[in-house]
Parts: sequence; C-alpha cells; structure tokens
Amino acid sequence: MMNFLRNLDRRWIFLLMGVAVALPILLRFLPPNNATMMDRSVFDAIEDLPDGSRVLLSFDFDPGSQGELLPMANAFARHCGFKRHKVYFMCLWPLGEPFIEDAMKILETEFEGLKYGENFMSFGYKPGGEAVIKNIIVDWKQLFITDSRKQSLNKIPMTANIKSAKAMDLIVNVCAGDPGAKQWVQYAATPAGLPLVAGCTGVQAPLLYPYIPDPMAGLLAAIKGAAGYEQILLEQYPSLATDEMINARFSTTAAFQRMGPQFVAHLLMVVLILLGNLIFILDRRRGGA
Amino acid sequence: MTKGTHTPVPKASGGALLGWSVVVVLMVIGMFVAYFTLNAGQVYVVSETESYTQYSSTNSIDEWLPKISGEAREAVSNGAEISGERVIATTEENKAFTSEVGEKAYTDAVSKQVQSRVEAGNPVDMVHLTGTATSVSWLPTDQEAKEGMTATGTVSSWEVTSSLPYNMPAADRPANATFSVSRTVGIWLAAIFTLAIMSFLCGDNPFYKTAEAILVGSSAGYAMAYAFYTGIVDQLLINLFPGLVREWTSPGLPWSYDWDWVYVIPGILAIMLVCRLLPKGGWIARWPLAFIIGATAGFRLTSHLESDFLLQIKGTITTLWAENANGQFDLWNSVGAIVILVGVLLCLIYFFFSMEHKGAVGKAARGGIFVLMVTFGAAFGLTVMGRITLLTERFDFLFKEWLHLM
Repeated sequence: MMNFLRNLDRRWIFLLMGVAVALPILLRFLPPNNATMMDRSVFDAIEDLPDGSRVLLSFDFDPGSQGELLPMANAFARHCGFKRHKVYFMCLWPLGEPFIEDAMKILETEFEGLKYGENFMSFGYKPGGEAVIKNIIVDWKQLFITDSRKQSLNKIPMTANIKSAKAMDLIVNVCAGDPGAKQWVQYAATPAGLPLVAGCTGVQAPLLYPYIPDPMAGLLAAIKGAAGYEQILLEQYPSLATDEMINARFSTTAAFQRMGPQFVAHLLMVVLILLGNLIFILDRRRGGA
Repeated sequence: MTKGTHTPVPKASGGALLGWSVVVVLMVIGMFVAYFTLNAGQVYVVSETESYTQYSSTNSIDEWLPKISGEAREAVSNGAEISGERVIATTEENKAFTSEVGEKAYTDAVSKQVQSRVEAGNPVDMVHLTGTATSVSWLPTDQEAKEGMTATGTVSSWEVTSSLPYNMPAADRPANATFSVSRTVGIWLAAIFTLAIMSFLCGDNPFYKTAEAILVGSSAGYAMAYAFYTGIVDQLLINLFPGLVREWTSPGLPWSYDWDWVYVIPGILAIMLVCRLLPKGGWIARWPLAFIIGATAGFRLTSHLESDFLLQIKGTITTLWAENANGQFDLWNSVGAIVILVGVLLCLIYFFFSMEHKGAVGKAARGGIFVLMVTFGAAFGLTVMGRITLLTERFDFLFKEWLHLM
C-alpha cells in the first residue's frame, strides 16, 4: 500500500480532483456560505452611497478569468441596479467589452425603467492602460469623445456634464492583472483621493491586500469574495432569491454555486498534502528518503 | 514526493497509439449518443427583425458659432453657408455681441462657451451660418416621423438573434424558435476543444497540440484586428483624418473631431517602430522605444513613490492601541496592528544584509522567513482557489450548456 502511494501516478490525482470538482456540481452541493468583514466593506461602499450616485465600473479582465470574476462583475452591476446608481462602464482590457454588454443587458432586462444613456452607459475599451486612467482623472473628454456606440458624449444625458473621473462617487474595479486595481490605486485613488473598491483573481489578491483600507476601501478576493458579496446581496435584496431569478441567469453564473466544488477540492488537497507529508516522514524515519 | 515519480509521457509507440485510438473512438460514440439522447449542445434561437428608415430634414439656419466647433463644421457639411466672420477677444465684446445679434442667433449656451475661452485668454473666431442645412437621421420604421422629416426611401433592416436558455423545455419554446446550426456547432467546438486541452493531463498529444495552435492563432488574429481598430483607427486616424474615418468605419463620428497636427508625431513614431522588421533599418526602432521607456519610467515613478512607498509606511505605522467607534478598546484590531508592525520589521531584518545574521539578528531574520513563508502559503492557497474555479467554470459549461445534464 505504502509503495503504491509512494509511486502514485499524478494522473490519478488529476482524476480525483476532476471527480471532486464534478460531483458537487452534478449533486448541486452548496456548503454554508458566510460573508467576511472585507466582503461587507465592499458591499457597504456601494450600499452607503445615496441612490442615483455616479459609479464607474471598470471590467479589466478577459474570458480567461471569467470563471472567477464574471460572478462578481454581474453582482456589482445588480447591486448598482437596485440602488439606481448611474453606472459608467469601461474596460482597459480589449476582451472586457463583451462582459460590459452582458452587465448592461442585466440592468436593462432585470430592472424596470433603467435606460442606456440615462442610468447606465459604456465608454468601451480604450488602449493605453494606466495612461487612460491618468488622463480621465484630469479631462475625460480629451480622451473619450464618444461612447462605445460612437455617440457623442455631449449628447448622452449621463455624460454631458462630466468633466473628469473626479465626478465619480465611487470606482469599482474588477481585474485579472495589469492594468487593473493596482493602476487604479496608483493613478486614481491615491493622487485624486477617489473612493475605490475592487474584486480580483486569487493570484492577484496577496498583491492588493497592502492597499487596504487606504486607499482601497475593500477587496473581493476571488470566488470566495464574490460568494460572500452575493450572500449579502441576497440578504439585503430578497427579490434576487425568487424562483424566477434562480431559473434565470443568476443561478448559472452565481459565485455561491461554485463554492461546493471549492469545498470538496480543498478538502481533497488537504488530505493529499497530509498524506504526502505522512509518507515523507515515515520514509525519513526508516531512512528511505 | 520521492524520486522517480514523474509522470511518464506517452510515446508514439504502438501501445500508446492503440490506447489513444480506443479513447477517441469511445468519445466519438459517446458524443453521438449524447447528441441524440440528451440533445447535447443543441441551441434554439428566436430572431426579431429590426428596421430603421432614413429621413432627411431641411432647416433654415441663422446662427453664430465658434469656427472650430463641431456644430459649425456639421452645418457647413450639411449645406449651410458662412456669410460672415468675427473675432471675440474680451468679455465686453462678448456681451456687446449678444445684444448686437440677439439671443436667437447667438444662444446663451454658445455665449457661455465663448466666455470661458475668452476668460482663459483665447480669442474666439466666430462664423455666421445662414441658408439651409439638410441633415440625415434614422428612426425605427414603426415610429412616426417628426414634423419636417422626409423619408429618403432608404431602409436598413437586420435580424437580432438571441439564444434560448439551454434548459428550456421544448414545450415552453416560443412558436418562432428555430434550431441554430451555427450556434450548435459553436457549442460542440467549444466542448471538444475544452476536452482536447484537458487531455494534456494525460500527456502531450496531437489533440492538445491542435487545440493549442488554433487558440494561439485565433487569439493573435483577433488581437491584431482589434488593436488595429482601437489603436490605429480609433486613436490615430480619427484625429488625423476624421473625414476618412467618418466615411469608412464610423458614420456617426461627432463633428468635433478635426485634423490635429499633434498626432503626426505618434504617427511617425509608430512607423519608426515598425522599421524593426526591416533587415537593415532595425536601429530606427530604437528611438521610439527609447521614448516609450523614458516616458513610462517617468510616468510611473511618482505614482509608485506615493502609493507603494509612502502610503505603505503610513499603513504600517498605526496606533497599536486600537479603539472602536464608541471609544472602547478593540482587541482584534490592536492584535492586527501589532502583527503587521512585527511582521514588517522581521521581514526588513531578513533582507538587511549589512549585518551578519547571527544572535538576535539571526533569530529575527528566521522570524522574517517565517512571515514570508506564511505569505507565500496564503498566495499559493489563493492561486489554487483560482485554478479550481477555472475548472469549475469549464465543468459547468460541459454539464450544463453542452450535455444538458442539469
């Protein structure tokens, strides 16, 4: 038995991991989901703003990270919809634009009376990374003359009187790398003192924690952060938990549904790490390693 | 793990080929069964026709506008004539001009615009636009035209197609729902490529290689086309040749865009950068590269200093006796502040190489290693969580949108 474990082909571990992820999805296993203080601080940053405030939502990610980030991006959009905030979408990643279209569709279809140009709009993608942030902090219309649909910003009610990003009440960034939250911290939150919250991938989270609580009010770290945020959203806005919503897109892209596979896969990893160390210690005691 | 436990990569031996062939045949059979029993990957869509009609409207014009404004350019382009010109250089001239020509010809909004430029010390060239201007606009075909609008006879129609949810029962589908071959093929290709990429876990193989090559090729092609539009057209050409861009890609481009000579400089730098591809002209690309490196370094220096140096020091030096909003002692925040302070000091000592790591310094440095290990462990844990989420998302797709198991 020990010999079998010692020489275990790693493909068995891949298979085990596959089963550990697949089974909870098929069995719809949902572990208890609790929001953390950090999730709460991100939620409060949007919730505490007066209804109809201006929120800049920057989706700086691509399909490679949509598994981790799309749930929180959609949750941010829904939260802004409930609060009737004016949402300004933009992205610094070229492939972020389809996700903006998805989020705008959510606002248009799930919330009565929200209209493009009056309640939400999109600047689309602009190349240049941090240079874009640096420019819009000073003069928005020097860089953006039109929205993503090539309409003049002066003819869109939401943007007609916007001079710079300093007019925003909050910046919400969902990011998978550079440019992303770090650049929003460096070029918007720090020099201009703009309130900022972010959501990021697991890989990025340790690099962004040092910016909390100043200048970043909060951070949703990976799928766990998104699930916590959704939990608060569901508690605060029970209309999200109706059968109609559960059968709609919310259920299929929700972060809390992805916590089941996380739970089982992490459990498997802990067992495997313990087992590996146990074999290592036993081998060393016998003088085998 | 002990030595000699690396995964053997399948070689192109007879046995491996037979094994792969059996797996492929079984998968193909499984896919056929899934298609006919589970309706795997089948997508139904509903389509709606949207139609817009073009109208023209001719209006008489009698107004004064800044010569460089988009509105003036648009009016001239639509047939208005410039019948007079004037320069406004002072606030007094602006006020006098308002009373001279009247608020109808010189609106309050334009007057304010001119006033702000004059206050900034910039004289404004004004033009008097008269005659008639014919503008073109589009309205949904089922919407009634406004007064003064005449249909040009041009109608533009297209179909907006949207997919029905994969789990919608056949009985609930709308009457106009149709089976979409292209979207079904798309779902199948996405599923097959997902499986092909995952097959790398069993070792390198032709299916993985094919999927990888297609991914790299299509991504590069997409990125190139997108970068050309968003970079070259949307940033450079739009400012150098707005008329061309209006004719070519963006008919609705605002008339405020005008030739801007400043963009000639990045245009030249961009051409110099491409010279890297020339056999003997590679050195030309060094100049724009030097500019990019210099500008970026200067650009980043101040922001890094502020947010990654000064703010981090400020974040570390906090009060160790934390209090809550009611002024009472807050144990956990105090513990947090102490942990941050001690952790930072220990790590700094570990990276302080001017003293030998012996005695108290050595012990503190070992503490620094411990803090670093905790940090790496946390980072690794978060990375693992991210990777599991990616796998979950792919399985979600395979089980739900492809196999319709849920």
